[in-house]
Amino acid sequence: MIVLRLPGGLSLRLRPRAFVVGVAGTLLALALAVLAVGAGDYPIAPADVLRVLAGGGSPADRFIVTELRLPRLVTALAVGAALGLAGAVFQSLTRNPLGSPDVLGVTSGAATGALVVVVLGGGSAALAGAAAAGGVATGLLLYALAGRHGVGGYRLVLVGIGVTAILTGVNGWLLTRAPLMDAARAALWITGSLDGRGWANALPVLGALAVLLPAVLLARAPALRLLEMGDDSAAGLGVPVRRVRVAALGSAVLLVSVAAAAAGPVSFLALTAPHLARRLTRAPGPNLLPSAVVGAALLLAADQLAQHAVAGRQLPVGVVTGVLGGGYLAWLLAGERGGRR
Amino acid sequence: MTGPDEKGTLMRPDTSRLVGEALTLGYDRRTVAEDLTVAVPDGSFTVIIGPNACGKSTLLRALARLLRPARGTVLLDGADIHRRPARQVARTLGLLPQSAVAPDGLTVAELVSRGRYPHQGLLRQWSREDERVVDRAMADTGVAELADRPVDELSGGQRQRVWIAMALAQQTPLLLLDEPTTYLDIAHQVEVLDLCARLHEEQGRTLVAVLHDLHQAARYATHLVAMRAGRVVAAGDPRRIVTTELVEEVFGLPCRIIEDPETGTPLVLPTVRRSGSDGEPAPTVAGGRC
Repeated sequence: MIVLRLPGGLSLRLRPRAFVVGVAGTLLALALAVLAVGAGDYPIAPADVLRVLAGGGSPADRFIVTELRLPRLVTALAVGAALGLAGAVFQSLTRNPLGSPDVLGVTSGAATGALVVVVLGGGSAALAGAAAAGGVATGLLLYALAGRHGVGGYRLVLVGIGVTAILTGVNGWLLTRAPLMDAARAALWITGSLDGRGWANALPVLGALAVLLPAVLLARAPALRLLEMGDDSAAGLGVPVRRVRVAALGSAVLLVSVAAAAAGPVSFLALTAPHLARRLTRAPGPNLLPSAVVGAALLLAADQLAQHAVAGRQLPVGVVTGVLGGGYLAWLLAGERGGRR
Repeated sequence: MTGPDEKGTLMRPDTSRLVGEALTLGYDRRTVAEDLTVAVPDGSFTVIIGPNACGKSTLLRALARLLRPARGTVLLDGADIHRRPARQVARTLGLLPQSAVAPDGLTVAELVSRGRYPHQGLLRQWSREDERVVDRAMADTGVAELADRPVDELSGGQRQRVWIAMALAQQTPLLLLDEPTTYLDIAHQVEVLDLCARLHEEQGRTLVAVLHDLHQAARYATHLVAMRAGRVVAAGDPRRIVTTELVEEVFGLPCRIIEDPETGTPLVLPTVRRSGSDGEPAPTVAGGRC
């Protein structure tokens, strides 16, 4: 633990390891982004990519970078960061490593909203809006069912698993009701994909992050850390338990919903990123910023795999995060059971 | 009864900074206690005792601001405790709950420093004062040499001392402890209670604890509150109020009382009963809604 003391009674405290993970993760994500912008049928050297980002470069390079490739990359980074952050908040609040928005049904709710629009017919803006609304509505439903007596631990997880099961059934039914062409589009959306995403998809997520990241991170992180010791302990230390919980849960639900509206319900990222972040920082507590950074880097890497792993054919990124994230998580938990704890 | 203007009179035995007035307490529709009035004398080591489910922990939760009374008010320094900001209350009143969980891998020093939360801010995360108070709290509870050990590796008694250190780092004149000796073996129980007595005597803190053991309660308390079925049966100096009649009434337990040869406090000896099928029926507990 490093303490910085400034004149005027100001003091800041940080863990060196968590700080290094945050900085290194950010640099890694940015480096990966530069490489990724250059990769594709029309390769651009990293130096030329940087030249374009600095405002120069040839017109062809400029067009390909800023119009074709950068929006998708920025969407990947923003969605990854939003899901990583939201996953960390959910796992912290439920005091459960499985308490992620995928397991609790928030992403399924977003999918339901999107599918309703597919069945009724509507454009991509309506689809994104309905997805966000579906996620938020599911969050409210969870709070109504499990939240009144304090959203502690298992209750929220169990209610969430029930809600997920119901929504999965509803989603399946909606898919059978959709016209064949629309059903194919909907199935792709439900898997989670970054294909063809533009600035219109990236901006809402960036906006939500710009507002909620400081609101959740700076203002609520110490209180969230205390909540992990139990409601009574936190209340005894002066944490307004209910208010903090509602604010944190609401922010996380919003982030997940907006992320799902942009890229569909990308599976397992919100579950995996906080686990990986905690492994790297070895710090107790919600590890909010490291989780966001790890989420951004992971989704970007997964999307590159999705685009280039199978030659001539793009995979939806949700397939990659599902296969890799799920596999990694199973391996991680199996290892923990047998070994450390 | 104390008013806000009498804040400073900590050691005057007839004043109380923490008072519960005409409290009706319960969860959802189940009422646990009705019209309960309790005053915690300043500078006392108050112990609340009573049979299981008599409402003693519920009362402590209400006094700690964890439970909002259905009727009545808890007054801290003369003001309704629920109308004051949580953080401000936490600078006056500390709490050691039953259900505290230490997150994986958290070290003793880190846990104890969390007690400074009500004194900290966004830009004032770790002052020299914080550091001094945390070191002192760990020294006072004898956990300073464990500072860098993870809490989840400690024994039950050590862990309880660490939690008490965290509450001490909060620097509150009032400290509430909910069954601090539960799940500890006898040696660790005595260790924790001795620590509490020392904090009370040497640092002049007002302590309120819920305890199960009547003998320990009588030994350590300067003010005993005996509860049964959601009401206070007797309150006062244990040497004065612990009688065979009181024990019979509160616990339904026939007993003899002798003087504790160690401390001179009342020592309760349950009367020998061999209740077989042909013997006297065990005394039934009257008025048992609790």
